Amino acid sequence: MASDTLSLKIEFGGGLELLFSNIRSHKITLPHLVPIDNSMDGTSHVPSSSTPPSATDGDKPIKTKPADVTYLMHYLRDNLLKERAELFMENGTVRPGILVLINDTDWELEGEGEYELKDGDEIVFISTLHGG
Amino acid sequence: MAPASCALCKMSKAILKRPKTGQQICKDCFFYVFETEVHHTITTAKLFKQGDKVAIGASGGKDSTVLAHVMKTLNDRYQYGLELFLLSIDEGITGYRDDSLETVKRNQQQYDMPLKILSYDELYGWTMDAIVSQIGKKNNCTFCGVFRRQALDRGAAMLDVDHIVTGHNADDIAETVLMNIMRGDIARLGRCTMICTQGEDTIKRSKPFKYAYEKEIVMYAYFKKLDYFSTECIYSPDAYRGHARAFLKDLEAARPSAIIDIIHSGEAFEVREEVKAAQKTQQTCIRCGYMSSNELCKACTLLEGLERGMANSAITERARKKMEASGPAPNNMRSIPFFQSSQPILAVEAPS
Repeated sequence: MASDTLSLKIEFGGGLELLFSNIRSHKITLPHLVPIDNSMDGTSHVPSSSTPPSATDGDKPIKTKPADVTYLMHYLRDNLLKERAELFMENGTVRPGILVLINDTDWELEGEGEYELKDGDEIVFISTLHGG
Repeated sequence: MAPASCALCKMSKAILKRPKTGQQICKDCFFYVFETEVHHTITTAKLFKQGDKVAIGASGGKDSTVLAHVMKTLNDRYQYGLELFLLSIDEGITGYRDDSLETVKRNQQQYDMPLKILSYDELYGWTMDAIVSQIGKKNNCTFCGVFRRQALDRGAAMLDVDHIVTGHNADDIAETVLMNIMRGDIARLGRCTMICTQGEDTIKRSKPFKYAYEKEIVMYAYFKKLDYFSTECIYSPDAYRGHARAFLKDLEAARPSAIIDIIHSGEAFEVREEVKAAQKTQQTCIRCGYMSSNELCKACTLLEGLERGMANSAITERARKKMEASGPAPNNMRSIPFFQSSQPILAVEAPS
């Protein structure tokens, strides 16, 4: 395993998988270091709403941070999500009512979006919003 | 971040932050406190007595699936002496309810409880698919809500049970409080926080999850690996409830106790006697015998509109007058079989 990437297992549940091609389980690879503004490396075209207004111009080197759950959410939205992005994210985080587990622990105990991802982590997103 | 140890047992790693209390607890303590709180809700409100026959309103969704699991667990652990049934309503929504009923059928095997499925088609002669093809997606939730409520009571009467329990959770009840305040529906505001709605002689309905947060119900289902169905209804969702829900979730994100606080606010409202006196008294429907606040119950009114091709008659005043002006209901019109409960029914509650 190259040391500059992270392999992650992502699961969607509670109906959230419907936004992701109806596939519950995904394996993805992320770089260790990612742009601090959570943008997608400039390769994929990113909707302008995903970059903060304070984005700098192209001359400066891109500032980076260790990949965290906030970056993961942006990555999933911009790369795996197939429809209705507003049902997954709102104001830079998951929509209220979506539960996140990091290695089977409530993300509220792990620092939420600031949790730094490790190789082999398993992240689960569950919607509570679907009724009976 | 260093893993915190459980605030209760101090031994295991905490896996959940409780929204109600902020406590960080481990998996085993979570199962124990969740189940025990429901047990306390049940015993404090004296919901059941030994030998009661209880139907669990089961949709295959997360709330009713967890409710069936917890009811079975508590009935065994504390010897309630209840005879438990699963009661499902098939609204006739292809691609939605037919799939979720498969989940209920699996639950029947897993929990070893008898299952009764009653369909709108059987009871009213109309599936929701047929209703939507006639009236469109607007207002169809009105039909579904009214029909489901009555269907549950009728299914319970067929099973000859004493009691129906539903999976309504604290979040649902807080939403309903907000909706009733915004609509100024004082009668429903008074009733919607009651854990149990019943007159002396009705089929009781209660909500053992009244104080259970949705987050904990979903976490419970996740950690217990319970099998539930989670697709949104394919017909238009209840838009008004959706707004109340989004608002409530935002409040919860800022302050998790908001949900319980709103329920307490709803409970604390006192309706003045003269307001209560102005409310309509309950009677029975002249056509089908079900409880009603008018001569005709809401389900019969809706059904008559469908049968006569004037489905809006129960939705708008203008359409109702138009239908009345077009004469009385024809004799050969389909109607709902006469309701025969072992007891007459007195109380009503907001459909949800």
